[in-house]
Formats: sequence, C-alpha cells, structure tokens
Amino acid sequence: MNNRKTAVTNKEFISQNAIWLILVVLIIVMSIANPKFLTANNLVTLLTGEACKGIIAFGIMFCILSKGIDISTGSAAAFVGVVAGALVQRSDYAQRIFGNFGATSIWIGILAGILIGIIIGVINGALIAYTHIPPFIATMGMQLILRALAKVVADRPVSNLPESFRYFGSGYAGPIPVIVIVFFVFFVISAILLTQTRFGKGVYAVGGNDNAARAAGINVEKTLVLTYAWCGICAAVAGICLAGRAGSIDPSSTGLNYEFDAIAAATVGGTSHTGGIARISGVLCGILILGVVNNGLVMMKVDDNMTNIVKGAIIIGSVVLDMRKNKKKI
Amino acid sequence: MSEYILEMRDIVKSFPGVKALDGVQLMVKPGTVHTLMGENGAGKSTLMKCLTGLYHADSGTIIYNGKKANYKNALQSLEDGISMVPQEMSPVLERSVIENLWLGREPRKMGLVDHQKMLKDSEKIFEELGMDINPRIKMKEISVAKMQMVEIAKAVSRNAKIVIMDEPTSALTVAETEDLFRIIEQLKEENVAVIYISHKMEEIFRISDEISIYRDGHFVHSDLAKNLDTQSVIGYMVGRTVSNMFPKTECEIGETVLEIKNLNSGRAVQNVSFDLHKGEILGFAGLVGAGRTEAMEAIFGLREKTGGMIIKEGKEIVIKSTQDAIKNGIGMLTEDRRGNGIFGLLNLIDNSTVVNWKAYGFPMKHKQMIADTKEYIKKLNIKTPSEKTKIQDLSGGNQQKVLLARWMLVNPEILIIDEPTKGIDVGAKAEIHGLISEVVQKGKSVILVSSEMQEVMSVADRIVVMHEGKVTGILRRDEFSQEAIMGLSIKEGTMKEEGNEQ
Repeated sequence: MNNRKTAVTNKEFISQNAIWLILVVLIIVMSIANPKFLTANNLVTLLTGEACKGIIAFGIMFCILSKGIDISTGSAAAFVGVVAGALVQRSDYAQRIFGNFGATSIWIGILAGILIGIIIGVINGALIAYTHIPPFIATMGMQLILRALAKVVADRPVSNLPESFRYFGSGYAGPIPVIVIVFFVFFVISAILLTQTRFGKGVYAVGGNDNAARAAGINVEKTLVLTYAWCGICAAVAGICLAGRAGSIDPSSTGLNYEFDAIAAATVGGTSHTGGIARISGVLCGILILGVVNNGLVMMKVDDNMTNIVKGAIIIGSVVLDMRKNKKKI
Repeated sequence: MSEYILEMRDIVKSFPGVKALDGVQLMVKPGTVHTLMGENGAGKSTLMKCLTGLYHADSGTIIYNGKKANYKNALQSLEDGISMVPQEMSPVLERSVIENLWLGREPRKMGLVDHQKMLKDSEKIFEELGMDINPRIKMKEISVAKMQMVEIAKAVSRNAKIVIMDEPTSALTVAETEDLFRIIEQLKEENVAVIYISHKMEEIFRISDEISIYRDGHFVHSDLAKNLDTQSVIGYMVGRTVSNMFPKTECEIGETVLEIKNLNSGRAVQNVSFDLHKGEILGFAGLVGAGRTEAMEAIFGLREKTGGMIIKEGKEIVIKSTQDAIKNGIGMLTEDRRGNGIFGLLNLIDNSTVVNWKAYGFPMKHKQMIADTKEYIKKLNIKTPSEKTKIQDLSGGNQQKVLLARWMLVNPEILIIDEPTKGIDVGAKAEIHGLISEVVQKGKSVILVSSEMQEVMSVADRIVVMHEGKVTGILRRDEFSQEAIMGLSIKEGTMKEEGNEQ
C-alpha cells in the first residue's frame, strides 16, 4: 500500500516536472551542436533577450489561469513606453515629443507608465467581468486602440532617452544585466501572488469554477479586474525595459506580437487554457525553453522561418501532451 | 401480436452505490396516454433513459412493437419510432422553425437541401396537428409552448409510435396546456402511445388512460386511471413504511434568528415567508422545481431578489452578493456539487479552506491551512489518500463532506444545506445527518432542503413545503406525515376539493 502510494507520487512528480527534463535535453542538444551555447556570456544574452517577453508571460499566465487571455499586452507595452519615454526625453533634444515642458524625473515617467498599465488592465478586467464579453475580443479591441494611441502620441520613434532611464533596460549590476534582475523580481512577485495571497488562490478558483467561486464568497468580478490589472503592470514594466534596452521606442513596432510569445511561453509551461491550472515554475521553464530554441537555432544559423516552424511545433506538441495529462480526470 | 406497443419487464439498472431500478415494469398500449408517477428519484427518468438507449439496463427485457429492443444510443430509438419531448429543450434558437424541425435529416435533391419540400412538409404537419406556427420565423421568436409543439411535430414527422413527454406543462400557461392536451388527443387518434411524466394531479386524471406508480426504484402499482384517485395515488407513491434510518437528536430551540418576509425572485420564488430559530433544523420539502433552491439562492445572494425582506436578529440586512451573506453569518452548501460546489482541479486544502482564506493572512499560513484540513478529514471521516489529493478524485460522498467541512470551518450562524445526500450512499448519508445535528447542537441554525421525504421528516424540527414558487404550508413535528407533505407538494387545494367531492 505504502509502496503504491509512493509510486503514484513519483509518477505525478515526473509528469509535473517533465517539462524541466525537456529543457535539460534541449540544452544538451544545443551544447553538442554548438559548444559556445553553454557559456556564461551566451546564457546572459539568452536571458536578456527573453526578459521582456518573460515579464509579460508572468502577467498573461494569470489571465489564462482565470480562463481568459490578454492580447493587448504588446500594444500596452508600446503605449506605456512611448508615454514614459516622451516624459523623460532630454529637454535639450530638439525633436522632443512633449516639447513645451521640460523633462520630468525618470521616476515620474516610470510611475506614470505603471499607472497607465494598471488603468489599461482595469479597463480590460472590468469589460470582461461586468459585460461578460469574451476576453479575446475585449483585449483585441484594446490592442488596436493602444497601438493607435501610441502612434497618436508619437508620430516618430521616441529617442534620446536619459541614461538613468535606460538603466532598467541596458544597465548592469555587476556582471548581471538589470533587465534580467527585473525579470526574476517579477518571477518572485508572481510566485508570491499565486501561492501566498487570497488573490492568487482566488484566480485559481475563478478559473477552475467561477460558479463555485461565487458560491464560496469570492468576489469574482474583483478578482478578474485585479488579474488584468496585474497583467497591465507586467506589460507596462516590459514596455519601460524595452525602451531602455533599445534606447528608443518605435510606436508602430515596439512590442509587436510580444503577447503571442508570452502566451506561447505560458502555454508551453503548462498553463491550461481551460482555466484553473498553472504553475509559476512551469511558466519560467516555458520561457526558458522558447529562449533556448530561439537562441540555439540562431547560433546554429538556422533561418528565421525554420525557427518559427520549430517553435510552432513545440507549442502545439506541449498542449497536446497537456490535454492528455489532464483528460481522464474529469 | 400483443395488445401492447411497449413491454418493459424486470428492468434492473444500478449505478455505483445505488440501485436506481430494481425489477421495474411498464406496459403501454397503443393509442393511450400512460402516466408515470412517483417521488423524485423514484426511477421514472432512469426508466425512460433505459428505453431510449441513453442508459443500458443491467438486465430485463424491452419488447417494442413486437420485437426485442436494445438501443445503443438515442438516435437508434428515435429512428425506430420512440421520440422524447424533454423538459429542457435545446433548439437551435438562431435558425428557423423549418430548419429545427428537419435538423440532421434534411430532404435532399441532387445532393443539395430541398428547401421547397422542407417548407411544404412542415406546413402539412402543422396543419394536420392543428398547430398555429409560422415555419419561416426563427426559433427564438416563438414561445416555449410552440417549441414543444415543434418537438411533437418532429416526432410525428418521424412516424413515432411512442412519444415521451417529461413534465410538458411545467412552463405552460393554462391556455397553452389546453392546446397541448388537444394535440395529445390527436396523437391518440393516430394510434400513437404517449408516455406522460408529471406531478400535477388534476391534469393527470384529465388526460391519462393508465397510470403506473414507482417508488425508490421499484414498480408499485399500475391501473386504469378511472380506478384511481388522488388519495390512492399518493398512498402508492409514499408507501406505508417509515424506516428509522435517520435518528433525530433533540436540541433546544431558542429565539428567532432569521425572518424572511415576502421574498420574491422572478417567477421561481413568490412571496415566500418563514422564520428560523436558534438550534433549529428547518426542513424544506417539495417536488423538483418547487422553487426551494431558488429561494435559498436568493437569500444567500446567488440570485437576484425582486422583493422581500431578510431580518436577522431583529435587524433588516441587505444581501446583494454571497460576500454580504457570509459577512452576515449565512452560509450555503449548494445542491449542484459539480456546478457550484467543488473546485475539481484544486486539492482538499484549498477546497475546505476557501471560505476561510481571509483568516490565514499574508503570507498565507499554509501550515495552519493543512492542519485545519487534516483536522476535518479526521473529524468527518473523509476517505482520501492525502489532503493534497485533487477533490475530483474523491467519491461523491467524500466530496460532500469536504464541502460541509468548508462551512463548518467558518461556522456560520445560519447554514443552508441544499440536497446534501443526493447521490450518496447510505453510510455517508447517516454520517452527514450526524454532522448536521452537531451544527445545531452548537447553537447554530440549519435550513435543510431535501427532496427525500424520509430525510426531512426524521431530521427537521419543522417542515416548510413549497409548490410552484409558493409556500403551501409549514408543518410542526407532530403534524409530519408523508401524506401531508405530499399533499402540500402537489397542491393542497386540488386535493381538498376532490376529497370533498367523494
């Protein structure tokens, strides 16, 4: 009896952590194909490249966990980047967007950006919670609106950003890029939210069975609004980091399709689109898997189209496996 | 050839833990209306599902139209001439009546759908049956009564020899019911047998030729309708034995804690008033659809109220959401365990502590949550491999105990429990009754909604009986009898009138 119990637990342990095994195998394959893959230098490059999408993925996983989706995040990042960037642009720069007043402190720029992220999220969440329109539609509308607003605010790329503002995107703390630290900070915050707060547990409950959540006294609407607000914060921070990393924000291309990379990472990481299932460690692993594929194939000089074919196959394959894993239990 | 179109004999059907049908029979003659009667859970629906192939009987014989029938699915029985008009219809609302009528079997000409023929055939059927329905309009634009007629027309167009109607008049007005009865007469003339399931005595005696009565999965009695009356049918439905399966623990009854005045919620709940005392178990009896669950949901903030007052300990309270209810010390264990009870994907810890999450602070005290869960697993004798098991992997009875633990953990002053023992085996039932007694012994109050008459009668201090959204009577313990409850559930007025006539 005891043996059987451990056997079941082991099996469950393996099935829940199989994804890490896949990551290790991928890393081994890539290292064999190219010895330079497994160097500290390249791993930092890899993490730097995935950080912004990763931060967005930590936000989007909450939406998917609540049985929703947020496809406005890439545009939200661009809009926030444009506004925050324009606020902090050097005052002596002739083509300043907000030309008639001087440069504001970078903290005001960052706070304004995060505030905008929250407002976007609250609008998304309120639309979904109170009007019951499908999350895909609500956030698709928001995606179009925000991309257009970014172009309305800035008719040209926002550049000439002060170094202090760029610190979050391109600075270093010792040997480690600040953007990678921001990424791990968001990983930790997400983990705390999910496992240590009523809000996080509420997202699991609402995504798993919203009727039962309501009957158990959970404020379903508030939970949804907070979920999308968190996703908005993640998008805003990603936007600020993107601006710093590139040194300028192009309203029409910054963050374009980032939401789909983030959704892919959350999905590969075992976040179920039927709601109620997600593990933060899984999402971290999903981000790394896609990063390894991206980085590894680029190093192997595989062309872009082939890389996307491989990524697409990984996303579909991981969901097929997940469906089988979660199937018979209902 | 036999005089029966349908002979079902010795039908046995078991589900894990319950014998739903135990040697049941049903004999139907062509061109008659044969009514099935029995309490909730007597086995009527299961019997019909065995006939139409949705379920497979474990044993027994079904002879239909002179041949042995053993349908693998509902489509086979449908094609063989057995049609069902379900209580809850699911038409394609956005398409026309014609398209709904011929859905899945559209007449074709050269491979393409023959719209002309569809229209002509529809009009012909409606005319023959005297149905006033425009076949061209969208399904969503016609009334429920007419949707039902479309279902009947569908049966006729399939040359059905048996039409099963499950509570067809529950959503109909008086005039619409008359229309339906006229159509049923027409079906009889065409030698179609109608199997009719209903709880409404007056209409049953009006249209039935024969009545079969079932109780607890057993066949009780079958006779011509003219040889039966309301009293004798109730007698057969409830039986004579009251087993003492659920012993009552006496508990001191205190002052009034909750008063409900003229509670309304749409058509489902109409002017419901009652009061609840400290230490009392107040039973709610009635048939399925009587509005008991809806009334409780309105009190608990799960359903919108259209009127009425909730007074707790002398003060009026406003409940607009479940959060309001919980804040005011009202909890509710809902009826639909899967629908709005359990979080199937979450483990026992989260499922049992969900209402109490606030108490665990930030960061959440997981050790405390696990300790609380373990305590209740032990106390309630929940059979589970571990507290980390997903609740969906537990049996129904054990899931129910976890839900009970969820509320016992927050210990509300008033706990509403809706059908706590539905689909649960006998052993777990007794344990759950014991736990309910424990709750009131701590000075709390319980409202127990149950369709199982023996359960409410043995556990409750008083019983409120509802019928079609209204309270038809409140019985004290010394007034409890199955006949009294059944009488109020079916509608007292009709019964008394008929009693006077005799």
